[in-house]
Amino acid sequence: MIKNTGIPSLEQIKSKFPDEVPVKPKAIIECYQEIPCNPCATSCPFDAITIGKDINQIPRIDFDKCTGCGSCVYSCPGLAIIIANVKNEEAVFRIPYEQLPLPEVGSIWHGVNRNGEVICKALIKSVLKNKNTDRTCIITVIVPKQFLYEFITIRCPE
Amino acid sequence: MVKRDLIIVGAGPAGLSAAKVALEAGLTVTIIERAAILGGQLTKQTHKFFGSKEEYAKTRGIDIASILIDELKNYEKRLEILKEATVVGMYKDYVLTIYQGNEYFKYQAKAIIIATGASEKVLAFENNDLPGIYGAGAVQTLMNLYGIVPGNEVVMVGSGNIGLIVSYQLIQAGVKVKALLEAASNIGGYLVHAAKLVRLGVPIYTKTSVKKAFGDKQLEKIETVKLDENWQYIEGTEEIINCDALCISVGLTPLHQLLSMAEVDMIYISELGGLIPKKTPDYETSMPRVYACGDVTGIEEASSAMVEGKIAGLMAARDLGHRHKKFNELEKQFKDQLQNLRQGPSGVKIRLGLQKAGEEL
Repeated sequence: MIKNTGIPSLEQIKSKFPDEVPVKPKAIIECYQEIPCNPCATSCPFDAITIGKDINQIPRIDFDKCTGCGSCVYSCPGLAIIIANVKNEEAVFRIPYEQLPLPEVGSIWHGVNRNGEVICKALIKSVLKNKNTDRTCIITVIVPKQFLYEFITIRCPE
Repeated sequence: MVKRDLIIVGAGPAGLSAAKVALEAGLTVTIIERAAILGGQLTKQTHKFFGSKEEYAKTRGIDIASILIDELKNYEKRLEILKEATVVGMYKDYVLTIYQGNEYFKYQAKAIIIATGASEKVLAFENNDLPGIYGAGAVQTLMNLYGIVPGNEVVMVGSGNIGLIVSYQLIQAGVKVKALLEAASNIGGYLVHAAKLVRLGVPIYTKTSVKKAFGDKQLEKIETVKLDENWQYIEGTEEIINCDALCISVGLTPLHQLLSMAEVDMIYISELGGLIPKKTPDYETSMPRVYACGDVTGIEEASSAMVEGKIAGLMAARDLGHRHKKFNELEKQFKDQLQNLRQGPSGVKIRLGLQKAGEEL
């Protein structure tokens, strides 16, 4: 149970993805709990994310409007949003990352699941850090497509 | 005796917000702060904040402190700030006794806002006084203000937001967090904070506490134990974890001592962390023109502390004859904001506590 492990079930994870495997980049908002917070909704330039007047509501996303721009990824104080899509045999992710060292573009890091276990290799495609991201890095990373619902972050290989 | 209009005790999120609104309304304000820098707990909150835009959501706490301090700069002529000054006494004739440097002196105010915040609770277990055993907030101060890590391998006790956030920040500082223990059956803080830790490889053990610490001159290991439904140790479930630091994050308790000293009406509310002042919807205590805001009125988030501070500042200004030009609009806005922050499931405990204290929600 997520309430005592912090780990969502596969069913919970899938409920945050579009019904069809996303071909175009889409925001996956892993917010499972009503907490008073709404920067994802107010930062979306396309009004794709709705929370409403009661900021405790869980965000709802309109995948037709979401362009996968990634504004919500660095706006979420809980680091609970990633951008995902599948292209050919690869799953492409953009994830928030706040640890040192930062990966080098082109390097292979560990791909990690929501339990903190290493599950695959992860190819680092880009590392973005600017004024908007406010010291949170946005890493673009590629993993084999079967890890679409499992991959969540990267870890430095010793 | 030095005479002042409004004195605010504490320059954390509540005190600074109170100062801003009171200054904006036209009051002359004195802020007294124990630390060398303003901002209170915000000065070490390196994470992005929750809430909405009005409470500076998605801005890091350290930057919110700077914003709040900068906002006061427009009013320098009407603002006095005493730093490294501790208010050691508060009396019924509105006299505050202050200790600064090697001097001890008195100020008398027409109105006082108490925004002293809270202190960390401790946990009773064998050898809990070994070097290497810290409050989580103390570790956050050491690490984020002074650049000192508490050890190499840490165990955190308590899964409230402070325990979760400090664990994350320990990992950012390169410290190994070996485990997070929680006595209750569920994680106390926000699940998004917990998820961040779990994916970094930190195991969370619920229904588990620390029974005993071991070490010759400093902490070397701890013994954990499972707890039953009545919070009693389950014999035979003990396990050893090697660690050189243990962080205790089992809640906060309001720093009520000045209010108690002035014999303001107090009430004990466990949901709000302990002894709190009774107060009106305008955040005025039983002593006229003495207001309280922030964690000293009950443990909550910094976002609510800022809003409470604004209400206290607004009311103090009105009661000293400086009704804010936008009084009605601001009063409604601040009270709506508080209601919005508290109305979800994460505000259940706070709503229950306030109800017990006899306050309208």
